[in-house]
Amino acid sequence: MASSEALTTTGYIKHHLQNLTFGQHADGTWGIAHSAAEAKAMGFWAIHLDTMFWSMLLGALFIWVFRRAAVRASVGTPSGLLNFVEWVVEFVDDNVRSSFSHKNDLVAPLALTLFVWVLLMNTMDLVPVDWLPEIAKLMGIEYMKVVPTTDPNATFGMALGVFVLTLFYSIKVKGIGGFAAELTMQPFQAKSPILKVLFLPANFFLEFVSLISKPISLSLRLFGNLFAGEMIFILIALLFSGGAVLAVAGGVLQWAWAVFHILIVLLQAFIFMTLTIVYLEMAHSHH
Amino acid sequence: MNINLTLIGQSVAFVVFVWFCMKLVWPPIVTALNDRKTKIADGLAAAEEGQQAKAKAQEHAQQVTGEAKEQAQEIIRRAEKREAEMVEEAKGSARTEGDRILNAARGEIDKEANMAREALRTQVAALAVTGASKILSREVDADAHAKMLDELITEL
Repeated sequence: MASSEALTTTGYIKHHLQNLTFGQHADGTWGIAHSAAEAKAMGFWAIHLDTMFWSMLLGALFIWVFRRAAVRASVGTPSGLLNFVEWVVEFVDDNVRSSFSHKNDLVAPLALTLFVWVLLMNTMDLVPVDWLPEIAKLMGIEYMKVVPTTDPNATFGMALGVFVLTLFYSIKVKGIGGFAAELTMQPFQAKSPILKVLFLPANFFLEFVSLISKPISLSLRLFGNLFAGEMIFILIALLFSGGAVLAVAGGVLQWAWAVFHILIVLLQAFIFMTLTIVYLEMAHSHH
Repeated sequence: MNINLTLIGQSVAFVVFVWFCMKLVWPPIVTALNDRKTKIADGLAAAEEGQQAKAKAQEHAQQVTGEAKEQAQEIIRRAEKREAEMVEEAKGSARTEGDRILNAARGEIDKEANMAREALRTQVAALAVTGASKILSREVDADAHAKMLDELITEL
């Protein structure tokens, strides 16, 4: 199952957790890293080809399917795909309406994109862990991590996008002054200017931490849940090499965990969407 | 598990997908949904209106039928009354006519009887005169006893 690393338990797990990284080697040439150490050595200016490939493929799938439905959408009776798409759209729309009370044409499509995209990426976790990497190996690709949301880059990337939007709307709605006041004039409030200045550092510290913690918690929550799920699938997959009894036990466990994981897959996508809506609502409203 | 350029790549992909969704996916679907909602609401309102109109029409029809029935009853009632009247009238006129005919006939009979009586009286007078003249021959002079004979006739 592993290739460059020895066929050990540790090697197997490590291999499964290694992204297909493209970047600059130590000798100055550009190429794909052949080991975890090489990938690490590439530093920031490297890119995970597998994460990018699968996330963009799934994002494109989302856009393609929903665009097809959107083209067919009409006043008449919907059927088939359109029915399903409308159901998803209405579900997201209801959620946005219930948590977001301002006028903004971006929030609902943003929520829909995040929900469906994250859901699709999470769902890759339900594909047995060895299938796609083995196929990739047959095609000569050494590493293949198929669940983009188990790559912190993917979750941080989305959270970063949400964070930038939060900052943008905070400043747009409240003005730079209003936003700065929000960061420095609470939670400790005072009437006199001297006290205000005195409270400023503490306020700023608390508010800044809470501001920064939003994208971090948003991305780490998704990453942590999916990474843990993936890890358990990998550990269960190890059972398959331990004889007939363990293989049967592994099969049952994998099935059971997959069924349970469906819940996590859906729930995490939903939480990611809902929190995004909530953060944008907070950015729009005055405190 | 390293944080690297993938982060930026994912952010860019995220922005692109959200933009696509915002421009190409969300508006047509939501527009269609809203339009359909409006259409359904209109349809329901129209159905409601139609039902109301139907109820109204039924009420009107019932009213008209009721009136027509009443009128028919009235006409029948009048006709029956008229029939009875006509029968009464006919009976009355028939009775009058009958009476008239009866009276006329009676008058005729009286007249005939009077005439017959008159003729009989004249004949009896003549017979009496003849008989008497035959019996008395001489003693009775027709002219002299004319007065007496007339009295006799009236007495008959």
